[in-house]
Amino acid sequence: MNISGQDFIYGCSAIGAGLAMIAGIGPGVGQGIAAGHGAAAVGRNPGARSDITSTMLLGQAVAETTGLYGLVVAIILMFVKPFG
Amino acid sequence: MGGGGSETDFMIHGIVKYHLFGQELWLTTTTVGCIIITATLLILGIAANRALKRASDVPGTFQNIVELGVEMLEKMTNGILGKEAYRFANYIGTLFLFILFCNLSGLFGLRTVTADFGVTFMLGLITFGIVQYQGIKNHGFGHFTGLFKPLPVLFPINLIGEFANPISISLRLFANMLSGVIIMGLWYGMMPILLKIGLPSALHAYCDVFSGCIQTYVFCMLTMVYINDKL
Repeated sequence: MNISGQDFIYGCSAIGAGLAMIAGIGPGVGQGIAAGHGAAAVGRNPGARSDITSTMLLGQAVAETTGLYGLVVAIILMFVKPFG
Repeated sequence: MGGGGSETDFMIHGIVKYHLFGQELWLTTTTVGCIIITATLLILGIAANRALKRASDVPGTFQNIVELGVEMLEKMTNGILGKEAYRFANYIGTLFLFILFCNLSGLFGLRTVTADFGVTFMLGLITFGIVQYQGIKNHGFGHFTGLFKPLPVLFPINLIGEFANPISISLRLFANMLSGVIIMGLWYGMMPILLKIGLPSALHAYCDVFSGCIQTYVFCMLTMVYINDKL
């Protein structure tokens, strides 16, 4: 089998894209913690349910950003092919 | 500009090529989507204007919807900006409607308009311009000396933090919408025909409607938070 330098770079880019998506671990844990605390807050004070939900969703959407940066890096490696 | 497989397609396509100042430029699917959404918003705005000019004490359906929207906008801006809210309510309302319609455009057969970094980065840049203008207007020269606080050593970090704002809010919106577009493109491109009927509606509900509404809200809230920092 004959692998050219170009193919080798594409293969390594795909591996790098997979590694970049490890960034998804952090937001997953963070959003889970936020949801858990949100559930606890609703349990303590059921009257403030709508306020708690909107604050929780806003915080989760901001916390998601680091994972999305990983996604952007992976997509650039896969489709834009900066090293090819 | 092809996708992964033979039928998967989630890329931006060029439609008309033209030359400007020696550059080769394209009118893309994003441009078309932008024009359609702007026309829709214009028609809605004119209709709302006509409805409110002939407003009655007992509101009809359309007048009710418009009043509900304006009340929600006032509540949202008042919550963060306080007594300065009336100055920015126009911008926030326009931003909210435009991003919301862009995010939902994937439901109507267009390629989601905000899944193009050109669109979201421009929105981020407009926000950045407003924030900097407010900072210079309200603090004068202190807007620049504020970068050296609390320690002069922190100047590079403060500068990067200032310029990271538009990039971070635009990338957040872009990446959320792009992930939705890619998931939908993969599903429609790779699944057998039976799985394409009915089942994708759940994916559309999450990727387009839920994610789109949340990200619209987040973009507007963060814009207001950044503006509020400079007041």
